[in-house]
Amino acid sequence: MIHDFRYLKPGTLQEALSMLAEWRDECKIICGGQSLLIVMRQGLVVTDTLVDIKGLNELSYITYDDGEGLRMGATTTHRAVEKSGLLKEKYPILVAVEKKLASIQVRNWGSIAGNLAHGDSSGDLAPVLIALGGKIKLGSVKGTRVVPLEEFYTGLFETALTKDEMVVEVQVPPVQPRTAVAYKKFNLIESDQGIVGVAAAMTVDASDTCKDVRIVLGNSGVTPIRARSAEKVLLGRKSGDRLLEEAGEAAAGEADPVSDIHASEEYRRHLIRVLTERMVRQAWEKAIPLE
Amino acid sequence: MEKQRLKLKVNGQEHELYINPKTLLVEVIRDHLGLTGTKRGCDTVSCGACTVMIDDMAVKSCAVLAVQAEGRHVRTAEGLEKNGKLAPIQKAFLDQGSYQCGFCTPGMLMSCEALLEENPAPSPEEIREGIEGNICRCTGYNSIVRAMGAVAKGNYREE
Repeated sequence: MIHDFRYLKPGTLQEALSMLAEWRDECKIICGGQSLLIVMRQGLVVTDTLVDIKGLNELSYITYDDGEGLRMGATTTHRAVEKSGLLKEKYPILVAVEKKLASIQVRNWGSIAGNLAHGDSSGDLAPVLIALGGKIKLGSVKGTRVVPLEEFYTGLFETALTKDEMVVEVQVPPVQPRTAVAYKKFNLIESDQGIVGVAAAMTVDASDTCKDVRIVLGNSGVTPIRARSAEKVLLGRKSGDRLLEEAGEAAAGEADPVSDIHASEEYRRHLIRVLTERMVRQAWEKAIPLE
Repeated sequence: MEKQRLKLKVNGQEHELYINPKTLLVEVIRDHLGLTGTKRGCDTVSCGACTVMIDDMAVKSCAVLAVQAEGRHVRTAEGLEKNGKLAPIQKAFLDQGSYQCGFCTPGMLMSCEALLEENPAPSPEEIREGIEGNICRCTGYNSIVRAMGAVAKGNYREE
């Protein structure tokens, strides 16, 4: 059962930030509530005040600039990302991920910032956005700051947000030439969360050697994890079966998965190894221009 | 907790209610308005039995605060028929036997209706994707997909 709360509905972002500043010690933000209402009903989150930003249309936007890259407002829904022609052209991986994220009903109502701020390490968006070098813009009455998404997650369902801050924007830099991103989650039911998920962004040079790579593991620890050992295996090398296997093994080794009702730790490590191998291979192949 | 006034439009009709702001949309629909077509299933945004439409979108009413639906148009399975005539998707469900226990049916209907309004001629694959958020535990999905397919083909028209 949901505990009683004071319901506040700001009309503007400024008003929302003032409310956060005023009620900071006992406040939660709701947008679509597709994650929050579940944990509130389970009694895991109890709040005195709920600030509802669902109606803040000023934060619902998707823009792109060749220099600055992508900007998506906090209240942008998953469905808006999925249906965006701009993203289909510039960041097709985001559209592909959204198509497999939860269900249509959840994507219709849930926001991207809510998904990210919830801090569930099994979320699909965070690994992909981290692989893309994404950042998150946090706002408060004192101003804004931009944090690399990779540094945003600090612990189990914990983020770098201070009590008077909220996510206002998601930023993604332009994708470098000869770069491709791949993501796969392993799940038993199509619209379910991943038992694990692996994102890989690969940039190759003119000789198809790995110039830059970012591998991010989802649901493989308390936060999304950069698989830096696996990345080191690949940097400066040319693709090959043995190399990809080595990268997979490194990722499985540096992950920190738990055993739960969905899968044992051992099985998760196995999946991380296989998916890392496959996603790196896929990204590598796609990064090489067809000539 | 002080009750809050809520003006809600459901199936074309305006309602004025006084509710605790923590009240979920499914609770307002079922317990306050008595529209019990919409079902409460898992309560964890998994099963889709509580699916309704808000404006032109299918959403799960167990994970929406009723106050968030203010100023929007909520549609439930009861609102599908027009002038006492069943909607095409309802007729198709009848003809194809697209239900057994019927618990998932109202939610399925709303997911189907939302898809048809967005895409009047969905492919079999799009139909299956369209009901990905709805779980049926008895008849199975084929008869539901058949019903949607029949509507998509134009076999049923609005009367």
